[in-house]
Amino acid sequence: MLGYYCLLALYSFKRNRIITALMVFAIGLGIGASMTMITVLHVMSGDPLPGRSAQLYVPVIDPHLVSDSKLKDTTLDTAMTWTDAMYLLRTAHADRQAAMAAGTLPVQPAQRSLHPFFESGHYVTADFFPMFGTPFRAGSGWNAQDDQGHARVVVLNADLNRKLFGSAPSIGRNVRLNNTDFRVVGVLDNWQPQPTFYAQIDNAAFGSTDQFFIPLQTAQELNFHISGRMWCWGNGGDGRVSDHCSWLQFWVELDSPTKAHAYRDFLAGYWRDQQAHGRFPRPLDAKLFGLMDWLSNQHVVPGDLRLQLWLALGFLGVCMLNIVGLLLAKFLRRGGEISVRRALGARRRDVFLQLGIEAGAIGLAGGALGLGIAELGLWSIRHRPDGYAHLAQMDLTMLLGTFLLATLAGACAGLVPAWRACNVTPALQLKTQ
Amino acid sequence: MSLPPIVASLTRHKLTALLLMLQVSFTFAIVCNVAFMIVDRVQQLRQPSGVAENELVSIDSTDLDENAQPLVRHDTDLAALRTIAGVKSASAVDALPFNHHDWSNGIALVRDGHAPAVASTFNGTPGELATLGLHLVAGRDFFPNEYVPLGSAHDWSGIDQVPVAIVTRALAEKLFPGQNPLGKAIYPDEKPVRIVGVIDHLLRPQAHESTDNDYVTLFPMLPDANDVTYVLRTDPQDRERILKQAADVLNHLHANRILRHAQTFEQLRADFFHRNRTMIALLVAAAVGLLIVTALGIAGLASFWVQQRRRSIGIRRAVGATRGDVLRYFQLENFLIVSTGVALGALLAYGLNMLLMQQYEQPRLPMLYPAIGAFALWLLGQLAVLGPALRAASVPPVVATRAT
Repeated sequence: MLGYYCLLALYSFKRNRIITALMVFAIGLGIGASMTMITVLHVMSGDPLPGRSAQLYVPVIDPHLVSDSKLKDTTLDTAMTWTDAMYLLRTAHADRQAAMAAGTLPVQPAQRSLHPFFESGHYVTADFFPMFGTPFRAGSGWNAQDDQGHARVVVLNADLNRKLFGSAPSIGRNVRLNNTDFRVVGVLDNWQPQPTFYAQIDNAAFGSTDQFFIPLQTAQELNFHISGRMWCWGNGGDGRVSDHCSWLQFWVELDSPTKAHAYRDFLAGYWRDQQAHGRFPRPLDAKLFGLMDWLSNQHVVPGDLRLQLWLALGFLGVCMLNIVGLLLAKFLRRGGEISVRRALGARRRDVFLQLGIEAGAIGLAGGALGLGIAELGLWSIRHRPDGYAHLAQMDLTMLLGTFLLATLAGACAGLVPAWRACNVTPALQLKTQ
Repeated sequence: MSLPPIVASLTRHKLTALLLMLQVSFTFAIVCNVAFMIVDRVQQLRQPSGVAENELVSIDSTDLDENAQPLVRHDTDLAALRTIAGVKSASAVDALPFNHHDWSNGIALVRDGHAPAVASTFNGTPGELATLGLHLVAGRDFFPNEYVPLGSAHDWSGIDQVPVAIVTRALAEKLFPGQNPLGKAIYPDEKPVRIVGVIDHLLRPQAHESTDNDYVTLFPMLPDANDVTYVLRTDPQDRERILKQAADVLNHLHANRILRHAQTFEQLRADFFHRNRTMIALLVAAAVGLLIVTALGIAGLASFWVQQRRRSIGIRRAVGATRGDVLRYFQLENFLIVSTGVALGALLAYGLNMLLMQQYEQPRLPMLYPAIGAFALWLLGQLAVLGPALRAASVPPVVATRAT
């Protein structure tokens, strides 16, 4: 019987070739566009540090003056001043904690054959490496004494290491950064979390990778250039080590929710204490963001991409309405035919099955087309000059998701018209003929 | 032709008509908002930067010497750059529109006072105004004796020594509405700075909210960091050649440096807006796609209806309706559906707009967009239904006598 219904569906398609093609095309386009954007957002909303992200937090204390009304809540200044970061580091209330800032430095290779070049990296404190579980290919990070002693040490990422030393062992050798020699103590195994969650979240959150890490205090002593936002308020110059310029990122590791709670209390206590000393004039509101919350709070997925997703879904919605309407009109036009079948003994469910197969076939064809269009869409996104471009790949989940969406769309589009059509009253229809 | 029979006939196809109406209204709501976004973004893309865009090239240089003397280095570099044939003028600057090097200061009118505006700071060597092609609309350029070093190694201390400033007209209007800004004092930091000139436009190095985009102060401060941007003004056709020559000249003069971002100003602008351009293309594609799908939907549905009603059309023709009557029937029916759709769509459009205002700081949708949108959808609907309606009109009266 099913085979016969399929045959009937084919005949029906042949009768309205253009409209059938239009329906398949519309549903394919809708599904393709939606799946492209869902895939992109899916890969961009992924966990950059699986297994560890639940224990990592960003403490946020807002040190601004009451009158700095330029700050909107969406662009909450989340950076920290040197004073506060050093206090939190020193008191070490968390299991691990690290302060950091981004920097782009000229690398001056020892080989004459290599011209100096700029590389981006981070100035960090010792806990950075164990806290984020950075994979070391050789050596290790440095310790708190190195931080205190402003040690001239560096951890390289794989790319820069290869560029400078080839395959030769590099631990103990020197790298010249901005006219200062740093001793290599560790080499990372191509560590590139996507996004670079620990940095200031901006357009470069995806795609960029840090190639060197040096101690923050050392970089501060050498007055190395910092890249990224620095926000100063009040008066007294734009000092980096002052208590009225925010520019540092701060991360803590807290192994249990209880500890997280305690740390938030600790932050609030610090805020109150500083208020007594005339700082932090804003109402007490110490925050502690978990890593994934932090990423969504900082809009790591650009607004434009979310807009593109809504646009694609809206398009799919309109296409669905279009198809339901067209199928309904098509089925109802065959009221006479359906009535004859019903009068000859076909049950309602037989008619429903027949029409359902016809609608389902369109949904399935549209879904297959949609998969193709989604792959095309992802291909075009991979050619965008954005950092997230290379992430735009469909994985198995998304592939299954596409099929699910196509089946769902096909079923939705087919069920309503089929249901409506199999409910025609045979006697009435036959009479009017 | 009266409406009641059409309405009565539509109630026989309630669900189908409702679906088509919904489709029209969603299309209308989305297309109106998308069109508004497109216009908004195209305007962003087109906003004038205030500089002579097609005559500028720039190159970033970083001196790697341990005991570098930036002020001397910049002077010698500039002198050499000016000798390149075709270079009309050259300056060392710390910021350009679109180059993201944004140093913004709250501008107060009294010491330690409230800052009514936040403005980006542009600093450069003498002749910056002429090199960038900025238009003074009031006052004068800086005098040579007014220049001080920026003090980048000392927390930009120059800002407390600089005596004078040039501001954009937008900033002057914001700070001193309706007054002559010349001679007035502003407080970018702790010391007063006197305004001596006003330029018409200069865009900030980074995108800000549209009203603040032109808030710029120029100070006679000499860039004194190891990295600096050299801007050269030249004839448009010489730009590529001069970029190459500039790199050669600089490397020849002093090899221990890194040159980066050698580009024309137009490239800088294009890079700055590449996301915007992608977005505009996608928005246009979405709007066009929606309209096409809706038009085809209308046409498809109408043609089903014509097939279904062949017999009744024949009967109407047999009892005296003209071809024109039949044609107008279908056109009016379509007009009715689209109009209801547009009415509902207008509500949806403003609902969607409100959502976008919250989420994306989109301004309120002007009435013009729904008006044009309604007209466009009516036209689209009429065009889409024309084919099926003509087919309906050509149904001969004799059909009435035949059994189906």
